[in-house]
Amino acid sequence: MSKEQKQFLKRYQRNKFIVLGSQILIIISFLLLWEYLAKYKIINPFIFSSPSRILETLQTLYHSGDLFLHIFTTFYETILSFVLGISLGFFIAILLYEIPLFAKIIEPFLTMLNSLPKVALGPIIIIWTGANVKSIIVMALLINLIISILNFYNGFLGTDSNKLKLMKSFQANKSQTLLKLVIPSSKNTIISSLKLNISMTLIGVIMGEFLVSKKGVGYLIIYGTQVFNLNLVMAGIIILVVMSFLIYECVAFIEKKLSTR
Amino acid sequence: MNNILNVQNIKKIYHTLDGEIEAISNISFDVNEGEFISIVGPSGCGKSTLLSILSGLEKKSFGNIQLKDNCSIGYMLQTDSLFPWLNILENAMLGLKIKKQDTKENQDYVISLLKTYGLWEFAYKYPNELSGGMKQRCALIRTLALKPDILLLDEPFSALDYQSRLAVSDDVFRILKQEKKTAIMVTHDLSEAIAMSDRIIVLSKRPCVIKNVYAIALTQASNPIENRKAPEFSYYYDLLWKDLDVNV
Repeated sequence: MSKEQKQFLKRYQRNKFIVLGSQILIIISFLLLWEYLAKYKIINPFIFSSPSRILETLQTLYHSGDLFLHIFTTFYETILSFVLGISLGFFIAILLYEIPLFAKIIEPFLTMLNSLPKVALGPIIIIWTGANVKSIIVMALLINLIISILNFYNGFLGTDSNKLKLMKSFQANKSQTLLKLVIPSSKNTIISSLKLNISMTLIGVIMGEFLVSKKGVGYLIIYGTQVFNLNLVMAGIIILVVMSFLIYECVAFIEKKLSTR
Repeated sequence: MNNILNVQNIKKIYHTLDGEIEAISNISFDVNEGEFISIVGPSGCGKSTLLSILSGLEKKSFGNIQLKDNCSIGYMLQTDSLFPWLNILENAMLGLKIKKQDTKENQDYVISLLKTYGLWEFAYKYPNELSGGMKQRCALIRTLALKPDILLLDEPFSALDYQSRLAVSDDVFRILKQEKKTAIMVTHDLSEAIAMSDRIIVLSKRPCVIKNVYAIALTQASNPIENRKAPEFSYYYDLLWKDLDVNV
């Protein structure tokens, strides 16, 4: 190995170390500062909570067996809405692509729905579907469905026109063109929209849990607010941060595995 | 010589919101078996449209196209349009698969084509691992796999750089002659047209009509690269250039 190459590797390693070290340092100093300010009552620990109080709350939740119940509930609702949202979105996107006239008719409505803040529909959903897990799923679907339809549809529209011409020259029928060309060539768009979709779904589920629920991480947070237990609220938020990070990383990992070509 | 394709009074009109646009005014010509015909003309004159109509990709507005019995047409596009998620063999088999003709016999034919034209060792590689010229050769084999009698080539080399262009046109020419195919090629490259064709059809500006047809006779005609050295080459070039009447 040449001297220059060694230097390059050394510089690379050093930069990596600086980035990671700084990140850890930021988190630790933030937590320490928070703890210190709360302990010496510079900030009101009742309102701002503190890392040690949050940890205690998490421990209590864990020992009562509630911790995983809440996590699992939110997780289950998220995965269910996610799968429903992308399958329905995929199906509708195919319809839009195959029937251009239908797409033309429906497009302004989709754009309208897309720009509507879906949370405004929350109260109606509860009345229509009842105060149960169904309304949470519908809430999440409202948020992730439109965006999946639009993403998938635009992915399909991006199919190379020359390749479409080629299929036409082979007299391929619609389903052949769809299965052999349009879907495979939109693979990367589809996968990257999954990543966006999972975050949207989680937003929808938490929003749904805020409005109506007896369990779940969103419930933890809203319940904590109602009884003014800020430790519980903060604990809920921490759980949510970790959860969304892990789910996102999972999808990102799948994306990396699938989008090779 | 045997007549394989007969084109009579083809006319093409596009309908737009601003009214009718005539793309092709009136075109008639014959193609003989084994012949290589080039179509040149000013850009936007409708030469690609003409080819699309011959291949059945677009409908003609008026006119008649007569193909000799039991003859079929294959179409080769400007870009190789290989599917990046399929390997070379699968790409070459694509047309057969879509037409549900992927029999053992046809697959053997594709394999023999790949072998003859130096792509067999890349059969299980993917398009991004091949050079531009090799990809274009694979695209040609994909078209040949369906055993068409006439090949329509729509500026088949225009996506390649100049050197690959020369090499690939030489390649394609050799393959077409070896497989005894009739070919109609649209191009904007006059040298390419002269070097490869038996006849050149010159089209006018849009709406196009046939301005002139030249039979190319080069002494010691061999392959497209050598043909460029023929003494008559520049004579034909000047003739075509004047005909095109390019105003920049």
